[in-house]
Amino acid sequence: MKKQHLVSRLELVKLTKQYPGCLANDNISITLMPGEIHALLGENGAGKSTLVKSIYGVVSPDAGAIIWDGKEVDIKSPSIARDLGIGMVFQHFSLFETLTISENIELCLSKTQLHQIGDLATRITELSEEYGLNVNPTRYVHSLSIGERQRVEIMRCLVQSVKLLILDEPTSVLTPQEVAGLFEVLRTLSEEGCSILFISHKLHEVTEICHKATILRGGKVVDTCVPNEETPASIAKMMVGDLAEQDAGYVKREGQERIFEVDNLSLPSKQPFGTALKNIQFDLKAGEILGIAGVAGNGQDELMAVISGEDERNVKNQLSLNGAPIGHLHAGERRKRGMAYVPEERLGRGAVPDMSLSENTLLTHSDGFIKKGLVDWQSIKDYTASIIKKYKIKCHGEFSEAKSLSGGNLQKFIMGREIGQNPSVLICAHPTWGVDVGAALAIHQALLELRDQGAAILLISEDIDELFLLADRMAAVCDGYLSPVVKTDSTNIDQIGQWMAGTFIDTINQSTQGAGA
Amino acid sequence: MIRIQARTEPSSLMKVLSPVLAIVLTLIFGSILFTAIGKSPSQALHVLLIAPLADSYNIGEMFVKMAPLLLCAVGLSLCYRANMWNIGAEGQLLAGALGGSAMALYFIDSDSVFALPITLLAGMVSGMLWSAIPTFLKLHFNSNLILTTIMFNYIALYLLIWAVHGPLRDPDGYGFPESAMFSDATMLPTLFESSRTHLGIVFAVLAGVVGWFILSKTHLGFQIRVFGADEPAARYAGFSGKKLSWFVMLFAGALAGLAGIGETSGPIGQLVPNVSPGYGYSAIIVAYLGRLHPIGAILAAAFMAVLYMGGDLAQIEMGIPVAVVSMFQGVLLFFLLACDFFINNRLSFTNQATN
Repeated sequence: MKKQHLVSRLELVKLTKQYPGCLANDNISITLMPGEIHALLGENGAGKSTLVKSIYGVVSPDAGAIIWDGKEVDIKSPSIARDLGIGMVFQHFSLFETLTISENIELCLSKTQLHQIGDLATRITELSEEYGLNVNPTRYVHSLSIGERQRVEIMRCLVQSVKLLILDEPTSVLTPQEVAGLFEVLRTLSEEGCSILFISHKLHEVTEICHKATILRGGKVVDTCVPNEETPASIAKMMVGDLAEQDAGYVKREGQERIFEVDNLSLPSKQPFGTALKNIQFDLKAGEILGIAGVAGNGQDELMAVISGEDERNVKNQLSLNGAPIGHLHAGERRKRGMAYVPEERLGRGAVPDMSLSENTLLTHSDGFIKKGLVDWQSIKDYTASIIKKYKIKCHGEFSEAKSLSGGNLQKFIMGREIGQNPSVLICAHPTWGVDVGAALAIHQALLELRDQGAAILLISEDIDELFLLADRMAAVCDGYLSPVVKTDSTNIDQIGQWMAGTFIDTINQSTQGAGA
Repeated sequence: MIRIQARTEPSSLMKVLSPVLAIVLTLIFGSILFTAIGKSPSQALHVLLIAPLADSYNIGEMFVKMAPLLLCAVGLSLCYRANMWNIGAEGQLLAGALGGSAMALYFIDSDSVFALPITLLAGMVSGMLWSAIPTFLKLHFNSNLILTTIMFNYIALYLLIWAVHGPLRDPDGYGFPESAMFSDATMLPTLFESSRTHLGIVFAVLAGVVGWFILSKTHLGFQIRVFGADEPAARYAGFSGKKLSWFVMLFAGALAGLAGIGETSGPIGQLVPNVSPGYGYSAIIVAYLGRLHPIGAILAAAFMAVLYMGGDLAQIEMGIPVAVVSMFQGVLLFFLLACDFFINNRLSFTNQATN
């Protein structure tokens, strides 16, 4: 046993990958011992994804070597990686919703593997008990929560007896309680000698669970550390410099005037696996941010579509703006009355990929740029240039196509465009998802500035830390229900976490039944 | 080994080169075909492509054929830009010919200066009506626009045939299925002496310019482009899909209708069963060849008109069947779509044999 631990499980030697116009990985060397939980940290675009894709055989590096259990290997494809014992759980799961867990796992096994395993369902049950995964092989995937689906993905790796498990931002979709469960599983795996490569940008998680951390910036290793000897703040500093410290301690406000109201909104889902909205009730006040927490897929998208009017069903009396019903109005009409939106998908919804930034400005901001039906392109170009300047958007100019911008820069552009219309209500979904720390800081400050100018903001986010940072009042969604709305100062992560898991639903149902009886 | 790889970005070079490449490939294919049927390929291509431009009469005839092709193609370009798959230009053209001719026959004894404008207007309104029905069906019952517009092509054709056999037949025409010849007051004036080139070509080029103006200068055109490029973004921005759908379909219907009445009030001079040799269908190819750009459509329509002319000449001078033209068009569209594949994909050559 001792001798085995001297040989590293995985060693990357000067791995380099060049993309057109971008050196994604620059001479990266990392060593992982068996049983080690190793964090890979860095902003978006730092090269984390490229690196793990090289290990998993999705990307072939231009130079450098990968040494596995002391032998140099050439990992040409994911199937070779799997044969070596490398498993990966991607950020976006690849499961078939209409199949059972067992069938999903069977799909990725070769015939010989299936033969070795014998009865797959029994094996899954065994492993499930061993690691406390609580995965029932006969359940259909569409009936599973996101956390459960992630456990299926992990199970898929376990069935193939992994020696290295790669997790790409595994906690971004989980409730705090689910995160704790995941960490238990990871610790058990680690004790049995399985190495884990853990990509995250949630630093307190890294300090909690990881043995070692490698910090990437601009494709290079800039630092390594032992996380439990560091604080989240000191690691953040290694990642981005001093920016992180600025993005904290904002003042909470209390709005007075009620501007926007959602009144007892219930609506069945349009899609087969969508979420129906159930008795949603809240209001937005001028000069205040209401944060809605929740794991993705619990009705956030449906709620946003109803509010924006993209869901064209008539909910006339359930939505009101400044006291007047707007639920029957067309999406464009609602915009004219002072509503603005920052959608979750930036490219393809918030912006047209193949159009220039100027054209994308005109997409939602036409006020003052249209004269007798004709477009005043020169004014739009000038105005777009001013957005680019104000929000320090990195691009070649207002003629750049939206798709040529990085996620963070495009998000800053969309924020700038929507805020520039001086909306009285801004609905904002996952504003900093996948955005680097510098851009997130700019976006946070823009939101707060808009709030202080007297706009009402609805902030839908999966990032609890962000909600606690920005929101003045908070609530959580689960399965299409909205929890009670409370002041951020009077709640805590535990309570919101429990609400995200749906503990409030029973009380809501009881009270509505009580009212009915 | 040759492998197909997706490009990270669409090639802007291929976007421009694709139609040119498709034309070259079509000509190569044509040469092989002519050799196979025992005709000299060089002579055949000369007759098909050069001869139509050889003298002023032929050029005039080329404009005659170009007018309806271009009118239809401009409308279709706007429809396709908005993701409205209108295959019904042929039917809208025939409806325009039918409705406009009925009006022209009403004015058969008139010499009013308003006779021609009203006749043209009647043609355009008829075309709009013919595109309005499938549009209504799509927007209210979610019917498939491709299918309904194709079906309406046939309805228009047989309605027209019924009309020339029945109510619109020339009472003094010895029972031939034709209307009476129109009066001069409802005929489109010709532009040059000794040529059949009529005002229609001016309308068509004007339509191309107007189409370009709408798409690039107006807010409406911008909304059309967004709607076609990215429908979720259009809905997010609050653009009305219904309004845009109605606009492009009625616009296309009006232009196709004008093309139709332009034929009967132009070179033909009466309503006959075979008003169009499939201009409305060929316009689909013209629209794509012109990259769905109204100005591009002008060039593409000129090329297609040359091909139509060349087909006639090839039949007369070399005894090549006129079906060759249809085949040329089909092959051209085939190569065009094939070449378009390489806008988003490319071939990569590798030495090693991979498994």
